[in-house]
Amino acid sequence: MGSGILEDSENEVLPSMWPDDIGNEDRKKFNIEKPQMAGDMLKDVTIKKDPSKMEADYKRLAELTNYTERGSSQLAYFAKHLEYKQVHAATLLNEELNILSKQRQEVELKRLEILKEQQLDEEKYSGSNRRPFSVLDEVCDIWGRVPKRRIDVPAYNKKVDIDAEYGTISYWEECALQLNKMLEASIEREQTLMQKLEENIKYLEMKSSPVEELSQILKRADNFLHFILQNAPVVIGHQDQELRYRFIYNHFPSLAEEEIIGKTDMEILTGDGVKEIQDFKREVLERGKPAKREMNFNTPLFGAKTFLIFVEPIFSTKGEKLGINYLSMDITDQVARREKMIKLREEIAVQEAKEKELNRTIHITEETMRAKQMLATMSHEIRSPLAGVVSMAEILAATKLDYEQRQLLDVMISSGDLVLQLINDILDLSKVESGAMKLEATKFRPREVVRHVLQSAAASLKKELTLEAHVADEVPIEVIGDVLRLRQILTNLISNAIKFTHEGKVGIDVCVVYQNCPGCQEEQLKVGSGASVSPLTRLSADSHKQSSNDSETSHCPCQEELECKTIQKAPTVDDTEKNRSQHESIVWLQCNVYDTGIGIPEKALPSLFKKYMQASDDHARKYGGTGLGLAICKHLAELMGGSIRVTSQEHNGSKFTFVLPFRVPSKQDSDDADEMDITDSKALSESITDEIVGSFLFTNLKLGESVVSKTNLFGSCKYGASDMLNQLMEESKESTSPPSASPNSDVISTVAKSEVLAEQKRFGSANERDEERACAKEGVAVNFNMVSYSTEKIENLPYERIMSCGGVKYQSTCQSQDLEKDNGNAQCLSNCRQPRILLVEDNRINILVAQKMMKQLHHTIDIVNNGLEAIHALQRFHYDLVLMDVCMPVMDGLQATRLIRSFEDHGYWDASVKIEDKHATANSDWPPFYPAAEKCRKRIPIIAMTANTESAANCLANGMDSFISKPATLRNLKQCLQQYLPC
Amino acid sequence: MDLGSLQRRYIDFTSALLREGILDGQFTQLQQLQDESNPDFVLEVVTLFFEDSEKLLNELSRTLEQQVVDFKKVDAHVHQLKGSSASIGAQKVKDVCMAFRNYCEEMNQEGCLNCLRQVKDQYLLVKNKLETLFMLEQQILAAGGSIPMMW
Repeated sequence: MGSGILEDSENEVLPSMWPDDIGNEDRKKFNIEKPQMAGDMLKDVTIKKDPSKMEADYKRLAELTNYTERGSSQLAYFAKHLEYKQVHAATLLNEELNILSKQRQEVELKRLEILKEQQLDEEKYSGSNRRPFSVLDEVCDIWGRVPKRRIDVPAYNKKVDIDAEYGTISYWEECALQLNKMLEASIEREQTLMQKLEENIKYLEMKSSPVEELSQILKRADNFLHFILQNAPVVIGHQDQELRYRFIYNHFPSLAEEEIIGKTDMEILTGDGVKEIQDFKREVLERGKPAKREMNFNTPLFGAKTFLIFVEPIFSTKGEKLGINYLSMDITDQVARREKMIKLREEIAVQEAKEKELNRTIHITEETMRAKQMLATMSHEIRSPLAGVVSMAEILAATKLDYEQRQLLDVMISSGDLVLQLINDILDLSKVESGAMKLEATKFRPREVVRHVLQSAAASLKKELTLEAHVADEVPIEVIGDVLRLRQILTNLISNAIKFTHEGKVGIDVCVVYQNCPGCQEEQLKVGSGASVSPLTRLSADSHKQSSNDSETSHCPCQEELECKTIQKAPTVDDTEKNRSQHESIVWLQCNVYDTGIGIPEKALPSLFKKYMQASDDHARKYGGTGLGLAICKHLAELMGGSIRVTSQEHNGSKFTFVLPFRVPSKQDSDDADEMDITDSKALSESITDEIVGSFLFTNLKLGESVVSKTNLFGSCKYGASDMLNQLMEESKESTSPPSASPNSDVISTVAKSEVLAEQKRFGSANERDEERACAKEGVAVNFNMVSYSTEKIENLPYERIMSCGGVKYQSTCQSQDLEKDNGNAQCLSNCRQPRILLVEDNRINILVAQKMMKQLHHTIDIVNNGLEAIHALQRFHYDLVLMDVCMPVMDGLQATRLIRSFEDHGYWDASVKIEDKHATANSDWPPFYPAAEKCRKRIPIIAMTANTESAANCLANGMDSFISKPATLRNLKQCLQQYLPC
Repeated sequence: MDLGSLQRRYIDFTSALLREGILDGQFTQLQQLQDESNPDFVLEVVTLFFEDSEKLLNELSRTLEQQVVDFKKVDAHVHQLKGSSASIGAQKVKDVCMAFRNYCEEMNQEGCLNCLRQVKDQYLLVKNKLETLFMLEQQILAAGGSIPMMW
């Protein structure tokens, strides 16, 4: 017998209760080291052995174990284990039997020996020195290797101790006695061994029942599985190749066993997902690869649930498909939670995206605002130096140049002008858009505006075009509104029309589309109540005529627009204002600007009034322009409470029509407002002519000769004085508006008529400048005095005249303040032909010195003491040059220059320096003279007077043209005047 | 003193003023501006300068004595004084005014007061000199002579 085998088997005192090799996978899953303990543990756990949960087809199970590879390997293991155990037990028994039989043999041998010895002893008395030996001597070692059993082996003497003397009878007797005892003991031992052997055999028999062991193992596995699975929300099942249930474990069964076993999913369940799972299982079965899938069910049996399903195909040893194992777990809650999470995450993502978008929008908006602001600022900054460049170029053009130089210069000037125009447009637009544009309410004559617009258009006309205008008879002679904006719109439209017209004509038609009379406002309110209402707010009104708080609401259905507009003004404060507002009426003027040009394609019409939009890129290339003009027109028209639209036919011309509301000044207004003087009779006659002439015709001739014909109301112009008066009277009677000519003016016009003919002859074709000078001269001739201001009043005095007359007054005021001793009046008047120079200086000594110097240079100067006064002076009079100190109280020279330049560019004064301003010097009650301002819109040279040359750059940056370092010297002044004065 | 020496003295005195830098070319400019139509032009201007300067200096002294000095106001006054003195060619006054404005900018009261003293000194000096000059002029005119031209 091999001791190695013995050793192995002995170490494995008790083989693992758990099957060592249930298959690799199983081992991994159920790797329990101390199965006994697990067993003990299981004993403590009360396992609900609910047979109903486990529904099995045992026959099938047997089949499975028989046919599937895993099943068979498992069985093989059991068999092997059993065999091994049996073999092992048999070996043990055999060994023990061997040992016992050996012992018995030895004992037998010993007995024989003893007996032989006795014989020998008896025969050979002397006896040999026999060594006593133990019967178990040889086997001792074997037992020693089995310690548990050695304990059972009793120790016994190996020597026979005999006290008696050898050879005597007593010795032999004793010897025999002892040997007998030994024999007895030996027999006894043999008996116990036999007993033990029997016990062992019995034990082995009891223990080595393979079925029992197997069932125990199975039971443990079963217990374990139950322990694990008892509360698991899983369903474990096996289905055959027809997908009929053969086995199912369901912790929460809703169907009895017999309802499931032998049936397919389709047969058991109905509803959503059932077919899918069946298909899935079939798919797995066919593909032969395990798969996991999440499936949604909605069955009447257990409602809407989601299961995670693991399906694994089962093969026979031959590789045939037997069916599938599947395991499914209810993950409805998890899925719901997961979906909720996903939803939340999505929502968060959406929120974040939205937030991001919003932030971006905000950012963009801010950026846009900043960019706009920046653009406006930049434009402003660019404009001043650019204006310098252009004006320098213009001066350069006046010098002697050769042909090539002149051509280059022409390009330079036209490009410069274009850029200037663009910048102005941008500034205007940003101003309108930002709401910074304020409207002025001034009295003006529509006919004059139309004439001026055409006149200036004709001045720069380079084509063979006819410019014509017709102002309808019913259009009031004077209206109140923002004349500059109206002019801007008209100029824009006209220049557009001219640009796109190559032959034919361009014209303006003005007519009244609606006029409300003061008495019928109530009715109109009712009529207009149903229609759409758009508020028009007059932002600024002439403070002299109308307090800004005076209110009036009237609905003016405009026949063209078929819509109603509400004209709102601020609430009334005093009764007189109220009375006046009752007398006031609103007239809606429709202006048509038409041409015979290229027209506008229909598809371009909708976007025509949008920013930077031109009819096409091709147009932009061919005709240039910024694409801002019409946008500005639209903005302006809307700002004024009107509207603009266009009708056009390609190749047949376009017609832009805008309708604007204006107030018609009442008689009272006229009287109050016009504290003007009539000293100039020619002026009056001119004004009368202008009043009644409604039609103009221009061609592209020089400005001075541009007025080809003026036709009055009755077709042809008659300059006879009596006719003129008659016309005036008739006009006054016919006019639907309150008569604009006061009795006063009638009287005076009679006086004036005598001079009309002569004046017409003298000045008929003279340009405005000549007129102005002549007028000034006349002012001197009639010995113009202050009294005339208050005694004689008339409205409608041409502004040029007022300007120069007023200039005298203003100047004398200044001088009487500054230098009383000087006889500046006479001095100045005699020099009126000379360029007018304004000195802005606060230091008396400097004034004195400068004045003296200028006198020596044969110039007289008007003097004001700070920037604000300078602006007020410029608002009233025309100057050819301004000498501007930089450092001054109230308003310094830099700011004043900026404001003047801003006015020159935009045509309106900044709100802080409006004419109505209280700071206005002696003439705060004067109505604004915008036509006078029109003259100023030609860039006035402004020369800085500065002590430190470092500030020179600053001066230039603020729009000044040059500088004279202080203290000014005669030479410097002379140089400057030579450079900047036209003569 | 005869007319010739008076005229010589006038020329010497004027050149000394220019040389010492009490007056500068601007003053000669003023003299050039004077003609028959306005024979007292320089006197007028200088008188105006005296009036203004005295007002300004008083104002400056008052402003700088205040607990809290309004430097803006001081600066405006000094600017005026500077402009005036430059206009008549009182160079030294002008120079001190320039330093004065720097102290103003720094809001240095100590420096300002110091400058005020200097400017007063210089003003009195130039006033003194100019008065002497005008006296000489009067004497020349009284003696029936004409004011010698410096150019």
